[in-house]
Amino acid sequence: MKISAEEVERVAVLARLRLTEAEKLQLTRQLDNILEYMEKLNQLDTTGVEPFTHPFATVNAFREDAVTNQSNPEALLANAPDRDGNFFKVPKIIE
Amino acid sequence: MSLAALTVCDAGEKLRAGEISSVEITEAVFERIAATDERINSYLTLDREAALDQAHRADAQLRRKDGKSALLGIPIALKDNFLTRGLRTTCASKILGEFVPPYDATTVRKLRAAGAVIIGKTNLDEFAMGSSVENAAFFPTHNPWNLERIPGGSSGGSAAAVAADQCTAALGTDTGGSIRQPAACCGVVGLKPTYGRVSRYGIIAFASSMDQVGPLTKNVRDSALLLEAIAGHDPADSTSANCAVPRYGTVLTGDIKGLRVGIPKEYFITGMQPDVERAVRLAIDQLQKHGTVIEEISLPHTEYAVAVYYIVATAEASSNLARYDGMRYGDRADAKDLTETYMITRDEGFGAEVKRRIMLGTYALSAGYYDAYYLKAQRVRTLIKRDFDRAFERCDVIVTPTAPTTAFKLGEKTQDPLQMYLSDIYTISINLAGLPALSLPCGFDHDGMPIGMQIIGKHFDEPLMLRLAHHYEQATEWHKKKPRIEVR
Repeated sequence: MKISAEEVERVAVLARLRLTEAEKLQLTRQLDNILEYMEKLNQLDTTGVEPFTHPFATVNAFREDAVTNQSNPEALLANAPDRDGNFFKVPKIIE
Repeated sequence: MSLAALTVCDAGEKLRAGEISSVEITEAVFERIAATDERINSYLTLDREAALDQAHRADAQLRRKDGKSALLGIPIALKDNFLTRGLRTTCASKILGEFVPPYDATTVRKLRAAGAVIIGKTNLDEFAMGSSVENAAFFPTHNPWNLERIPGGSSGGSAAAVAADQCTAALGTDTGGSIRQPAACCGVVGLKPTYGRVSRYGIIAFASSMDQVGPLTKNVRDSALLLEAIAGHDPADSTSANCAVPRYGTVLTGDIKGLRVGIPKEYFITGMQPDVERAVRLAIDQLQKHGTVIEEISLPHTEYAVAVYYIVATAEASSNLARYDGMRYGDRADAKDLTETYMITRDEGFGAEVKRRIMLGTYALSAGYYDAYYLKAQRVRTLIKRDFDRAFERCDVIVTPTAPTTAFKLGEKTQDPLQMYLSDIYTISINLAGLPALSLPCGFDHDGMPIGMQIIGKHFDEPLMLRLAHHYEQATEWHKKKPRIEVR
């Protein structure tokens, strides 16, 4: 087994996903199967191979830190599940 | 022939000559959608009123003869992961609820500036994760060539809409083959540009190191015209390339004699459908007859690409999708505390494949596994990229099949995620290496389903890739074949 049901549970908490018992069982089996396939990569010796960062040589993209968009709180808040004036209203964070 | 069946190029000529109007062609497209989309289900949202408004404006501009743009008055569909100001954008997910974007993606803004008519938003696998549109939250899309088959994915709605003449052309996104594989399945042309060629600003992010926007069209010339309209540097996307955009529409003609075409031996493997191999080999013979030089090449790390991709892409996705927390948009679940609010909101909002990928990506990035999975995958990704660097010393373009099979039946692979992932084996290496590639029709299988051939170019060498594709297309009739769809 590459991954256990307990690990699936732990990862689900990290990913902020509630899973049903049935989902946990199914995901454990499916992820195990996929991770088993990923084992392939260990056939390769990658000592001294740099991890990939970009497809071609490039330079950092600097630009002025300037405000370019117009302030439009109404359009931004129109999708909010809950609001209070021009603020997003969220559940209490600190007890 | 219905006006809806015209190519971008032909429609543009007729519009500028005053033979047809943008309103006429836009109406024809909406009639076609009304007659066929009940069965195909390409579209999630239609925007008839705004489309006709724009068509009227385009006609006024055409009458004044002040429109030079190739896209002025042309009806175009957008995959529903492009942000469209004021028009609902779902990404085929429940988690976005009735999300209405406050701004346009850069590519959408460019289309509007070019005078294009935006018809509506097309179906996709939820968050562009899938190869069949069966992972869509609301309904699947059907292949216009055979309604029992998948259209390919994730840009399956855009590919089906182009194939069924429900638009003149469409845009999609491609992270591991999501433009090219559906293009092959639906018998249309699909182009994934070099990473950075087109701005990703306003595209709902899946795997940011590979996501790229590109066209799905009825022929190669149309893809060149659309690419020309959407390519270019964008200060809002720091990964967009700051180099000049060629006039892609003008590079299609020209000699292909002596062009070195590489054929990677690792791409012709057991397990591929015999009809696909036969069609692609015939196409390669034909390219040789037209004076290209065929070189057998090797991309030795090809067999590791699927494993690398499903670690890197899911890791990036798990990070990108952390933003869907029910705080600023979408639906929010009622729960006793903040953590539970997140967990229930995400449980109810995401579909099974999205959860699977978030889980896989979170696992690959988590303490104790990061080196073994994520870093290992990024090292092998370097080896895959080096394979291409070496191959391109011996050839100018690479030709392969786009997918190992033609469109499979709905439901055939939904039970086995790994089997579904393997339908991308010929396309994902290209995203891992950031290269440009396109798929174009090269035949049909014994069931009458289209077959796609993939042409891969060097970084930013879209012109050569397009020229070879155009040459092959002009010498064949495949792109002129249309699916017969029973009209309501």
